[in-house]
Amino acid sequence: MPKASRWPASVRSTSARIGLLFIGAVCVAGIAATVIAPGDPFETSGAVLQPPSRALLFGSDDLGRDVFRAIVHGARVALLVALTTTAASLALGILIGATAGYAGGLIDDGLMRLTEVVQVMPRFFVVLAVAAAFGSGLGTLLVVLGLTSWTGIARMTRSQVLSIRTFDHVIAARAAGASSGRILLAHVLPLTLGPVIALASFQASGAILIEAGVSFLGLGDPSVMTWGALLHEGQHSLRAAWWLAFFPGAALTVTVLGIHLVADAVSDSAAAPGWEG
Amino acid sequence: MTGERRVLTFLVRRTLQAIPLVAGIITLTFILIHSAPGDPVYLMAGDGGDAAYYSAMRARYGLDRPLPEQYIHYVRSVLSGDFGFSYGYQQPVFGVIRDRIPATLALSLPAFAIASILGIVVGLAGAAARDSRLDVALRLMTSTLYSAPVFWVGQILLLLFAVLIPIFPVGGMRSLRESTQGSVDPLDLLWHLVLPCASLSFSFLAIIARVTRASVIAETRREYVRAARARGLTPAAVLLRHAVPNALLPIVTVAGYQVGLLLTSASLTEAVFGWPGLGELLLDASAQRDYPLIIAILLTASIVVVAANVVTDVVYTAFDPRVEV
Repeated sequence: MPKASRWPASVRSTSARIGLLFIGAVCVAGIAATVIAPGDPFETSGAVLQPPSRALLFGSDDLGRDVFRAIVHGARVALLVALTTTAASLALGILIGATAGYAGGLIDDGLMRLTEVVQVMPRFFVVLAVAAAFGSGLGTLLVVLGLTSWTGIARMTRSQVLSIRTFDHVIAARAAGASSGRILLAHVLPLTLGPVIALASFQASGAILIEAGVSFLGLGDPSVMTWGALLHEGQHSLRAAWWLAFFPGAALTVTVLGIHLVADAVSDSAAAPGWEG
Repeated sequence: MTGERRVLTFLVRRTLQAIPLVAGIITLTFILIHSAPGDPVYLMAGDGGDAAYYSAMRARYGLDRPLPEQYIHYVRSVLSGDFGFSYGYQQPVFGVIRDRIPATLALSLPAFAIASILGIVVGLAGAAARDSRLDVALRLMTSTLYSAPVFWVGQILLLLFAVLIPIFPVGGMRSLRESTQGSVDPLDLLWHLVLPCASLSFSFLAIIARVTRASVIAETRREYVRAARARGLTPAAVLLRHAVPNALLPIVTVAGYQVGLLLTSASLTEAVFGWPGLGELLLDASAQRDYPLIIAILLTASIVVVAANVVTDVVYTAFDPRVEV
């Protein structure tokens, strides 16, 4: 069945390309926000509750703010959340996982128990509790999202460190005097690259959704424009203005879907196990 | 070892393993309360009381003692069910949370059941017609459903079926007329449940469908399935009689490990539909700066996840005789 077997490769590459397109669009919107939609996204000078039109692409809200401009500026927060979470999950995950794997004994036990505790606490509620204790600034939010994002990568790195210790080329490298750090970089990480990238991507998309959820509840940072905050506003005007809820949610879905499509393609090509919830 | 004995042994051992996890959760919560700027009494007793209230609460939670003693005091309080005191509700937070759990369960359990059944059907259809147009369409659908924020899905359903075509209520758990009468009309409850339950089901449906598809396909690659096919069984029979029963176990595991996500999604769904459960409580608590409630919800949710993981592992062991205890 040549026709059927042609599907998977083409689907994979097509979906990966669509994913890249989505991510690219969000990146462009975030980076060039002031060019694409100049002006302050909080500016309230326009007519209120205008439906989408040629002049107001996504309509305006009940304070007369341009929804298109707000969404373009909101892409910055989504990008910031995704980038910092990815960076933190990689840095902390590899550091903690490699330390546990190499050190063994009590350090390994302690780090793995910590990993389990962090993994078991639902991140959304952790973020809300930390926001209650420390205030809901965007900086606080980014720190909590980063500090709770590393567990999957730590576990994978640790098990990889443990399993390759017996590989001939690693024994040879160690005999030749390679340091643990060098073995980690040259021999452990390349083997786990696909699944680790996939795990980090799912952390990034999960963090975007959590930030959106917190802002949707009205508990986010009020000084930055976010898609979740727009959805919070849209909730109050569902009857009067469908566009207030529709467009920010679509922006969120497109962003998260883009990340998932690319992550799937990466982990498929690396024959990784499924995704982590 | 007999089957029952084996599962019982595992249950005891797995429960013991959960103890350090719960200890870790309580410790991290304690650290959170005491590392926050300002007086920890606000995080244990809420915002808005007077000096006499706070001095009583300081005594109640041992906040006037040295830190190590406070820690022991805190662990003891939590273990005895005292998670803090709500200023807004003027009662211990545990009671406030307990009152909201039935509503959250009434929303989550049907959603979880519907998502599991539909998810298995969708995943199975995808696996049976692997790489066909149907499979591609289903995968695209599940990817999109998994990516869409649950509260936005809720808003879209509200727009479609409560505003545009007004066949379902925009929110709440029962009609005003009903709630004044005091009795619960099951049909009225069901009518209010449809939209929130549908929103909550969608993202889980997507997860279960993906896992089902992957694990059924993995099973079909095994020797025994190829042997069954070689014996002349039709592909459908092979799938239903051999691959599916063996693929169910990983599906159960994945579903059981999603309880944290289920609680998160349920809370957000409740906020959209004004469903009077834990999510709505979170909104109230934040509006009233009732911090002990928010922290207690984190504690409760984390402990529920630990318990759900233990149950999942025990179910896995009970159904898979290969697991060594």
